[in-house]
Amino acid sequence: MVKKRSRKRLIDRQEFWGFLFICPWLIGFLIFTVGPMLSSLVLSLYKYDLANSKFVGLENYRRLLTQDPLFWKSLKNTALYALLTVPLGVLGSLAIAILLNQPIKGVRLYRTLFYLPSMVPAVASALVWQWVFNADSGILNQGLGFLGLPNIEWLQNEKYTLFAFVLMSLWGIGGQRMIIFLAGLQGIPESYYEAARLDGAGTWTQFRHITLPCLSPVMFFNLVLGLVGAFQVFTSAYIMTSGGPNNASLFYSLYIFRNAFEYFKLGKASAMAWILFAILLTFTLIQFAMSKRWVHYEGEAK
Amino acid sequence: MFSIPFLWTISTALKSSAEYAKDPGRLIPANPDFSNFAKAWTALPFPTFVMNTVFITVICTIAQVITGSLVAYGFSRFTFKWRNFLFFTMLATMMLPGQVTQIPVFLVWRKLHAIDTFFPLIVPAFFGGGAFNIFLLRQFFLTIPRELDEAAMIDGASFIRIWWRILLPLSGPAIASVALFSFLGHWDAFEGPLIYLNSPEKYTVSIGLRMFQDTFGTNFEQVMAASLVHILPTILLFFFAQRYFLKGIALSGMGGK
Repeated sequence: MVKKRSRKRLIDRQEFWGFLFICPWLIGFLIFTVGPMLSSLVLSLYKYDLANSKFVGLENYRRLLTQDPLFWKSLKNTALYALLTVPLGVLGSLAIAILLNQPIKGVRLYRTLFYLPSMVPAVASALVWQWVFNADSGILNQGLGFLGLPNIEWLQNEKYTLFAFVLMSLWGIGGQRMIIFLAGLQGIPESYYEAARLDGAGTWTQFRHITLPCLSPVMFFNLVLGLVGAFQVFTSAYIMTSGGPNNASLFYSLYIFRNAFEYFKLGKASAMAWILFAILLTFTLIQFAMSKRWVHYEGEAK
Repeated sequence: MFSIPFLWTISTALKSSAEYAKDPGRLIPANPDFSNFAKAWTALPFPTFVMNTVFITVICTIAQVITGSLVAYGFSRFTFKWRNFLFFTMLATMMLPGQVTQIPVFLVWRKLHAIDTFFPLIVPAFFGGGAFNIFLLRQFFLTIPRELDEAAMIDGASFIRIWWRILLPLSGPAIASVALFSFLGHWDAFEGPLIYLNSPEKYTVSIGLRMFQDTFGTNFEQVMAASLVHILPTILLFFFAQRYFLKGIALSGMGGK
């Protein structure tokens, strides 16, 4: 009788305290995530400009999809950007992580150097790169001139603008993503490699059959988050080109920002946000479904 | 290759206007001119900007570390109904694009007359400090043996005591990482301050830099000087915290599944 009572009380205590401790997050989640998500969904069904509101049902969505060329342009820009920057970025981070995993002298210093660019505050980074891309005195064109190649108007010519942004994003491949890859690499047991070498496997074979499969969960993680992140490009475009030239660098989140905080079309902006969410959710679910094919988790029976 | 933009930035910042106009391509300036820093510093109220940024960043970092570790404690040491569901939901929020919550949150703050104050930028940090940080800390806590907890409990320690006296002190690297990320994130923040701050005396350094660019944009050497001021604390911090930082990520990383 006594045993039962005290065990029950112990469980109650656990549950109570567990909930209590996660309360900050839970409350924050409800206030800053769930609530706003639902209300932005509702908001997207209205026309609202901080003064008047009018229920318009799916009108915002309809207009966006059929009457707003900038919607499609910004979506295209962002998609293209993501298509380039995510694979390049992930592979680049992987390459650097592998490089930095070698036991070379001074590897710590290299890790620092490679990581540094990603620590530069976004605004400062944008200003620096704006100068790098400067058609007249930027070092990129100076470098091209040195190689005998013509000057490129990186940020003024709409054909090149997107590539400029992709290039800039690659400056940060030594960052967080790389560290996560590095941690993943260091978690692969050396014994696998030894066994492979005993069997006569070359470097490439080792990479393909040990490194890649063991890294696949990390790769998956980085791909999913990379995609979500790429679609949220904002600061660099806002500062460097304000979406130009001729909207070549009008990214989706910049367009949302404009609609919400410059044109005060809050209903339309909310609709855009939800479309973005739907797109990303679809991609993420697709990635999850595909992951069963190629992501290998340690501990599975062979 | 990665350092090149850096080196050029520094070199440009040190060039006088005349020299820059003449020879922008030169790496080492002939006559280093430190006046760019002074000019940039006084052209706009940068000291105010820095103080604002420091204020916001420090408060948010402390808030995130404390609430984040409390939440991580809950997720790692207790079992309760829906715990796993809530944990995964929390992880899922990492995949949310910020835009879906941006506008209503703005409207709420507007209703509360908190636009053009620091509240919208600071308050969210008190609610757990971000899924990534919670995840990091929770993974780390999981590696600390429960026996320590149990020993303390036998001695009559309350849960809070255990958290404060045992888990936290042992989590040095993880906490340093969270603090570092948090610091960077807030020092760096642009969109938030852009949306919520309207009066120049409340601006943060990132907005200030933007203002600088608007007014003095063509004076690259001054822009570079100003940018360096913004970058400097982050680099300094990194050098000092490096050891903890890299260890912290690796420890909490993909090791715990």
